[in-house]
Amino acid sequence: MSDYAFYLWGSYSVTFLLLLLEIVFVLKRKREAKA
Amino acid sequence: MLAVARCIVHRDLLLGLRRRSDIATALLFFVIVASLFPLGVGAEPNLLRAIAPGVIWVAALLSSMLSLARLFAADHADGTLEQMLLGAAPLGVVVVAKGLAHWLVSGLPLVAIAPLIALQYDLAPGLYGVLALSLLLGTPVLSLIGAIGAALTLGLRGGGVLLALLVLPLYVPVLILGAGSVEMAAAGLAPDGQLLLLGALLVVAAAFAPWAIAAALRIAMD
Amino acid sequence: MNTTVRWFRFSSPQTFFPLAGTIARWCALGAVPLAVAGLYVGFLVAPTDAQQGEVYRIIYIHVPAAWMSMFIYLVMALWAALGLAFNTRLSGMMASALAPTGALFTFIALWTGSLWGRPTWGTYWVWDARLTSELILLFLYLGFIALQAAIDDPRRADRAGALLAIVGAVNIPIIHYSVVWWNTLHQGASVSVTKGASMQSQMLTGMLLMALAFWMYSIAVTLVRVRCIIKEREG
Repeated sequence: MSDYAFYLWGSYSVTFLLLLLEIVFVLKRKREAKA
Repeated sequence: MLAVARCIVHRDLLLGLRRRSDIATALLFFVIVASLFPLGVGAEPNLLRAIAPGVIWVAALLSSMLSLARLFAADHADGTLEQMLLGAAPLGVVVVAKGLAHWLVSGLPLVAIAPLIALQYDLAPGLYGVLALSLLLGTPVLSLIGAIGAALTLGLRGGGVLLALLVLPLYVPVLILGAGSVEMAAAGLAPDGQLLLLGALLVVAAAFAPWAIAAALRIAMD
Repeated sequence: MNTTVRWFRFSSPQTFFPLAGTIARWCALGAVPLAVAGLYVGFLVAPTDAQQGEVYRIIYIHVPAAWMSMFIYLVMALWAALGLAFNTRLSGMMASALAPTGALFTFIALWTGSLWGRPTWGTYWVWDARLTSELILLFLYLGFIALQAAIDDPRRADRAGALLAIVGAVNIPIIHYSVVWWNTLHQGASVSVTKGASMQSQMLTGMLLMALAFWMYSIAVTLVRVRCIIKEREG
């Protein structure tokens, strides 16, 4: 599969990025709730 | 109980007839939306004939959804809804009666107007019956499911659009079955399966939706 | 009587708060080795697919994410039903805490499905039954979140969202069936992103490990979120 790297890494990288963003947002909300 | 239902249907129809313009605008919307599609996709007859069932059904969905906001809004504004909640009559009966009156002025006319739209799209005359029947079975389901959304979003800001977002995904099966039945008939196959399933959806919705609508009203009014 | 009291002990937000913290920490720690194991099996143990080559490995995110999206919605509806039945504040908070994570996994399933469809079927979007059902599921999630966001009173928001979640959960089988039927009717466009890859046992192991990793992750994030909600509402 030519170009498969784009789709494969596009999928994995976006997934991990979104999960990371969710963690960041939740921790931010936690910090604001503690205040 | 039947007397209560008859009274509410009579009252809502009377109120509806006094506000003819509200009802008329929703129906006009149905016609306008259906007229927009050819302007967007081009007037190629074969294409229009192919998309006609889907377009008419989507237009019916949108029109039905727009008119739903009216279902409880007026009674909520002047306090009648609260009286209905406190009253002796079971809320389920009240809700079904209101829903029936609403469908009579918002859903049933769609069944009557649809053949005119089908004419615009040059749909084969033999399909008019299936189209009308599918709408006859489907529009009450749309009213029932939509009423749940109308009750949930009672008095909220962003009401109409929020109602749309909540209710349109739930409308998908009715749309698929309704448009699908006409498409099956267009392909020369029997639409019986889809129409029977639509009927089944109607029965299930009629059985369970009133409870959900009543529960939603209580949640909204507490 | 004794068992009833113990059963409802953790339904008070105050008593649940520390428990949630503990569980969240353990699940967060557990998610990492599971994900590592899943990716290891997925990339280094499972063989290359005969027809699709390497690109099929998207399956190790796409399928577990789709599973999670549906599972979380059911759990959300369950908490919603409990909240309506027993009038417990915490149940409503749990449902609200689950929604964003569920919506996220639905989006991930759609995103990866789209990127998988491009090299295998040529288009970025394929109207197959699963992807279309996932799209409608995303709308159901977003509707829930939007409804709760539009209501100021937390109790009304919880109850209204709960009713919507239950109505949605009841509708999901109906929606799925009708979408599957719709897919077969319009045969021309019906291709499935997963049909190409033949399922071998190592592939299944990889997917299961990733699914477990996602599950642990979801529990951790949801519990942290519910702790935030408890703090926000009850101070």
